[in-house]
Amino acid sequence: MTETATAGPTSPAATRRPTGRSWTGFARQYGAAALLVLLLAYNAVFTRNFLSWQTLMDVQLRQAAPVAIVALGMALVIAVAGIDLSVGSVMAIAGQVGALTVLGGLPPALAVLLALAVAAACGVFNGTLVVRYGVQPIIATLILFIAGRGIAQLLSGGKLTGFRNPGLQFLGLGRIAGVPMPVMLMIVVAAVLWFVVRYTGYGRTLLATGGNTAAARLAGVRTGRVTMVAYIASAALAGLVGLVVIGITAASDANNVGLGVELDAIAAVAVSGTPLTGGRISVVGTVVGAVMLRLLQNTLIAQGVPREIAQIVTGVVIVVALFLQRRAR
Amino acid sequence: MSTSTGSTSTGSTTTAPARIGRIGRVLQKQGALIALIVLVVFGTLRYGESFATGFNVQSVLADDAKYALVALGMCFVIMTGGIDLSVGSVAALGGVVAVQLSGAGLVPAVLAAVAVGAVAGLVNGVLIARFRLAPFLVTLASLLVARGLALYLADARSAVAQPGGFTAFGAWKLLGIPVSFWIVALLFAVGALVLDRTDFGRNVLAVGGNEDAARLMGLPVDRTKVAVYTLSGALAGTAGAFLGAQTGSVDAAAGQGWELSAIAAVVVGGTLLTGGVGSVLGTLVGVLLLQLIFNVIVFENSRGGLQISSYWESVIRGAFLLVVVLLQVRLTRGRRAALA
Amino acid sequence: MAQEPLLRCSGMDKSFAGVPALRDVHMSVAAGEVRALIGQNGAGKSTLIKVLTGVYRRDAGQVEFAGNPVDFTSTQDAQRNGLATIYQEVNLVPYRSVAENICIGRARRRFGLIDWKAVNAEARERLAALDVHVDVTRPLVEYPIATQQMTAIARALSFDAKLVIMDEPTSSLAEREVATLLDVIRRLRDEGVAIVFVSHRLDELYAVCDTITVLRDGRTVADSPISELSRYDLVSTMLGRELTESERRGQHVGATATAAAPTVLEARDLRRAPVLNGSSVTLRRGEVVGLAGLLGSGRSETARALFGADPVTDGEIHRDGEPVRFASPQEAIRARIGFNSEDRKGEGIIPDLSVRENITLALLPRLLRRGIVDRGRQQEIVDRFIRRLDIKLAGPDQKISELSGGNQQKVLLARWLCTDPEVLILDEPTRGIDVGAKQEIQNLVRELADDGLSVLLISSELEELITDCDRVVVLRDGATVAELEGEDISEKSMLHAMAEGTAATGSRQPSGSREEDEVHD
Repeated sequence: MTETATAGPTSPAATRRPTGRSWTGFARQYGAAALLVLLLAYNAVFTRNFLSWQTLMDVQLRQAAPVAIVALGMALVIAVAGIDLSVGSVMAIAGQVGALTVLGGLPPALAVLLALAVAAACGVFNGTLVVRYGVQPIIATLILFIAGRGIAQLLSGGKLTGFRNPGLQFLGLGRIAGVPMPVMLMIVVAAVLWFVVRYTGYGRTLLATGGNTAAARLAGVRTGRVTMVAYIASAALAGLVGLVVIGITAASDANNVGLGVELDAIAAVAVSGTPLTGGRISVVGTVVGAVMLRLLQNTLIAQGVPREIAQIVTGVVIVVALFLQRRAR
Repeated sequence: MSTSTGSTSTGSTTTAPARIGRIGRVLQKQGALIALIVLVVFGTLRYGESFATGFNVQSVLADDAKYALVALGMCFVIMTGGIDLSVGSVAALGGVVAVQLSGAGLVPAVLAAVAVGAVAGLVNGVLIARFRLAPFLVTLASLLVARGLALYLADARSAVAQPGGFTAFGAWKLLGIPVSFWIVALLFAVGALVLDRTDFGRNVLAVGGNEDAARLMGLPVDRTKVAVYTLSGALAGTAGAFLGAQTGSVDAAAGQGWELSAIAAVVVGGTLLTGGVGSVLGTLVGVLLLQLIFNVIVFENSRGGLQISSYWESVIRGAFLLVVVLLQVRLTRGRRAALA
Repeated sequence: MAQEPLLRCSGMDKSFAGVPALRDVHMSVAAGEVRALIGQNGAGKSTLIKVLTGVYRRDAGQVEFAGNPVDFTSTQDAQRNGLATIYQEVNLVPYRSVAENICIGRARRRFGLIDWKAVNAEARERLAALDVHVDVTRPLVEYPIATQQMTAIARALSFDAKLVIMDEPTSSLAEREVATLLDVIRRLRDEGVAIVFVSHRLDELYAVCDTITVLRDGRTVADSPISELSRYDLVSTMLGRELTESERRGQHVGATATAAAPTVLEARDLRRAPVLNGSSVTLRRGEVVGLAGLLGSGRSETARALFGADPVTDGEIHRDGEPVRFASPQEAIRARIGFNSEDRKGEGIIPDLSVRENITLALLPRLLRRGIVDRGRQQEIVDRFIRRLDIKLAGPDQKISELSGGNQQKVLLARWLCTDPEVLILDEPTRGIDVGAKQEIQNLVRELADDGLSVLLISSELEELITDCDRVVVLRDGATVAELEGEDISEKSMLHAMAEGTAATGSRQPSGSREEDEVHD
C-alpha cells in the first residue's frame, strides 16, 4: 500500500528525496555521533586507561555534564526559535543563592528549592519579555546576561563564598550507583526531556510553536505559554547546573560560575544539527554534541595540541555542522 | 480630472500617523542622548566641576575608544539585520598581532591589526552572505577560532608590547585629550556620513529593512553584507590595537564579552535589532551612556557617605537596556497600531 | 501594432523539481502597448514574469528585448536594461523615506555624497508626474498601499523603463485608487512605454489593455487583441472549458431544508477599523455559505474575527443563539469551530512535523491522558482521515512539507475534521492546488454539509461559490453589502455587489440586468 502511495504522481518529493543527498543527510543527523564514536575509538586505542570507568565517568562525562544540561535547556528555547544568553548569569545567581542559604543554616533541600525557584523566576523574566512584549530573544536574555552576574556579585559581595555542606556538595561530588551526580543528573534530565518531546502534549506543541507560530495559534495551541515554559525550563536547568558547579568546588564564585557557558551550550545544540530557526529539537543529539565537543577538546589537548588550537577546531566543527544543515535544506 | 481626488486622498491620510511617528522617532533616537545629558548634568551638579572636566573626561573617552569602535562596526552589522559575536575575540587577535609587531613601529602594527580583523570579518561575511549560514552561529564559531588564534599567537600568555612608537601612541594627546579619542570621533563622524550620504549606507538600511525587496530593487545585497562584516572585523582589530597601545600588553582574556556590551550599546542607541533602522551617533551615545554609569558610581563612592558597590554597574546597565527595549516595543507597537 | 515588438519571447520552458511550470510559452509586447496577462492561480503568470526579469533562469526559450536577444541574470540586470517590475506585494523598504525608495541605487550626488535635497526634489517631481503629491521625506510605511505602489512605479520609471510589468498591482487598491492607476497606465502608454498588466478584474483589463495573453497550465492558450476576445471567451479560455451554467448546490439539497435549519453561528455588524466596517453573516446547520468580495473586502478578517484569531472593537457573535466572545482560537475550537487559513504555508502547515502530528494538532488536548499523547487513538484517527480524504503519502510519519499542495491542504482539512466540528470556516481552500485535489475538496465540502456540518466558504473564484454555496454573502470595504440565495447566485450578481455595493440584502438583481430571476422561495 505504501508503494502505491509513494508512486502517486502528487508526491514526487517523497520518492525523490534520499538519492544523491543521502550522505549529507546522514552526516547532518549523525555527524556529531559519528565524530564521537571516532573519538572514542581513537582514545580506546591510543589513550591509556581510556575505557576505564574512572576515565569515562569521572573525567569525560562529568566534565561534559554541566554544559550538556544547560544545552538541553537551550535546545528547548531554540526549539521555539529563541535563544537564552542568560544561562551563565542564572547559574551564578542560583549558585550564590544556594550557598548563602546553607550558610544561613537552612537545610540543603531548601537551598536547592530556593535556588531553583530564583532561577525559574529569571526564566519568567526572560519569557515575559519575549512573549508579552515581543522583544527579540537575543536582547531579552542579554538584559539578564548583563545584570544577572551583577546581581550574583552583589549577593556575594564579590567574594568567594565557601561553604561546607555535605547535602549541597552531594550534587557536585556525590554518586548514585557509582555514577557521579552531574552525570546522573544529565542522564535524568535528558531522559525526562526525551520523554516529554516524544510522548507528551507539551512536546507536540513545543515543536508546533517553533515550527510555525501562527499556524499553531490557529490550531488552538497556547503558543505564549509554551514559549514561556521553555524559558523557565532553560533557566531552571541552568540553576540546577549552578548548584552542581558550586557543589563540586564547595564554593560559589559569582565572578566565574557559568562564564561563557551560553556559547558552549549553543555550540552543542548547533553541532547536533538543530537549526536556530526553531521547530526542531534533538535531545540525544544535544547530549551527544556536548559530550563530543568536550571529548574533542580533551583528546586534542591530551595529544599535545595546544588548548587554543583545540578551540579553533571546535569553531570549525560548528561551521561544518552549519554547512551540512544548509545542504539538507 | 478624476486623478486629482485620488491624489489628495493619499496625501491627507498621512498626517496623523506622521506626527506620532515623529515624536516616537525623536524619543527612540534621542532617548539615550537625553538620558546621557541628564546623567552628565546630574554628575556635574552632584560631584562638581571635576566630573565634567579634567581627568574624568579623558579617562572615559580613552577607555571608551575601543568599545566605541567595536560598537560602531556592530551597529552597521545590526542595521543589515545581522549580528557579530566575534568582535571581542577578533579584537584580542588584533591586539595580539599589533603588540607582537610593535617592534616594527606604530603604523605597521596598527595596520596589521586592522588587516587581520578585516580578514576575519571577510570570512564571516562570505559565510553569511554567500553561503547563507546563520550569522549568530557563524560568528559564534569565529569567536572561538579568533580567540584560539590569539591565544596561540600569544603563546597562551599575555603578549607584551615592545617599548617604542606603539606604546607611546597610547599616551599621545591632542588638545589634552588622548589621540585615540579623536580617532574614534573621526570614525564615528565618517560612519554617520557614510550611513546617511552614501549608497553603501543606504544599502545597509535597505538590506536590513527588507532583504527581498533590496534584492528585487537590484541592490548589491550580498556585497553589502560582506562589507559590513568586514568593516566590523576591521574595527574590532583596530580596537585591539588601541587596547595594546594603551596597556602595553594584551592578555588572553582581552575583549571577552565585548560583543554583548556592544550589542547593548547599539540597541540603547536606538538601532533596531531587526535591522533597517539605526543611528551611528546614537550608538556613540549608547556607548558613552553605558560607560558613564560606571563613572557615576566611582564618583558617588569617592564622595563618601553612600557606598555603592561597583557590581551595581552591570545591574544598572541591564536596567537601562530593559527600559530602552520596553520603550522601543511601545513605540513600534504604537506606530503599527496607528498605521493598521 | 504593426511595429516590431519591444519584447518577444517564445518557446519558454521552466520546470521546478521536474514539475513543469511553463511549457512553450510565448508572448510579445510593443512599445506603447498595454498587454493583459491573465490566467488562474498556478497557470504560470508569476513564473513567466520571474523568468523574464531574471529572478529564475529559463530552461529553454528565446527572449528578445529591444531587438536583441537577452538573458537577464538578475532583476538588477533587467532593470538596467529598461525592464522594470511592480510586484504583487509592494517590494520596497518600509522604514525608508518615499524619496529614498524611489532613488536608492542611483541617487544624485554632490562631492561624492548623496545630495538629499536633489533626491527629494527628484522624487517629488517624479511622483508629481503621476499626480501624487506627498511628503517624500516620510517613511514609506506611513502611507497607504496605493501611494506605496505609485512609489514603486515612480521608481521603475526612474530607470527609464521601456517595459513595466505590473503583477496584480490593483489587488489591494480601493476603486478610486484603481482609477488613478489606470490613468497612470494610459499616460505611460501614450509616452511609448510598454506595459504588461496582470489583473483578475476583467473590467480593468478591458478598460486599459490593448492585447491579451492567456496562460493555462503553463501554456499560452490565447494571444490576441483584447477587443477580439469577449469576456465570455476570455473566462472560458482561462478556465479551459465551455462555461456552462454551473450546477448549483441548491439543486442537491433542497434550499428549504437548510432554510428551516437552526442558526449555528451568526456575526452581527463586526467592526474593527479600517478592515471591518459592519460585516454580518449567518450560518445555519448543514449550510454552505460563501463569503465573496474583492481582496481587502474583509472576508478573511471576518472569518478570523469569528474564530477569535483577531479581536473586534464592536459587533456581536452568536453561537447556537448564545452570545459569545472568543478571546483566542482555542476557545473557538472548544465551541467546535474550525478555521483553515488561506495562507497554507504561513498559517497552516507545521513544515517540520509529520503528517500525523499535523493532523492531530488541533485535536491534541483531547488526545492527552495526563499530558501524554494517546498514541493508539492518534494512530487510529490519523489512519481514518488519511483514508477518508485519500491523502497521498509515503506514510503518516512523512513530513508534511514533502507533500504536494493539494495533499497538504487535505491534511489541514483533516486537522479540523478530526475535531468533529459543527462549523468549519474555509478560507480559499482550493487556491494553488491541482485540479484533481480541488475537485475532491469541493466534493468533500458538499458531503460534509449534507451530513450537517455548516461551512463558511471564502473564495475568490466566483464559479466555486456558485457551484458550492447555498447562500453567498458579499462583502465590500469590510461591510456586508448583499446576500444572495439560490438562483440569484450568479457571477453577475456577485460582481455587481462587489463593485457597486448596491445590491442590498433582499434585493436580488443588479439594475439594468437581463437576468430576471423568478423568486423561488
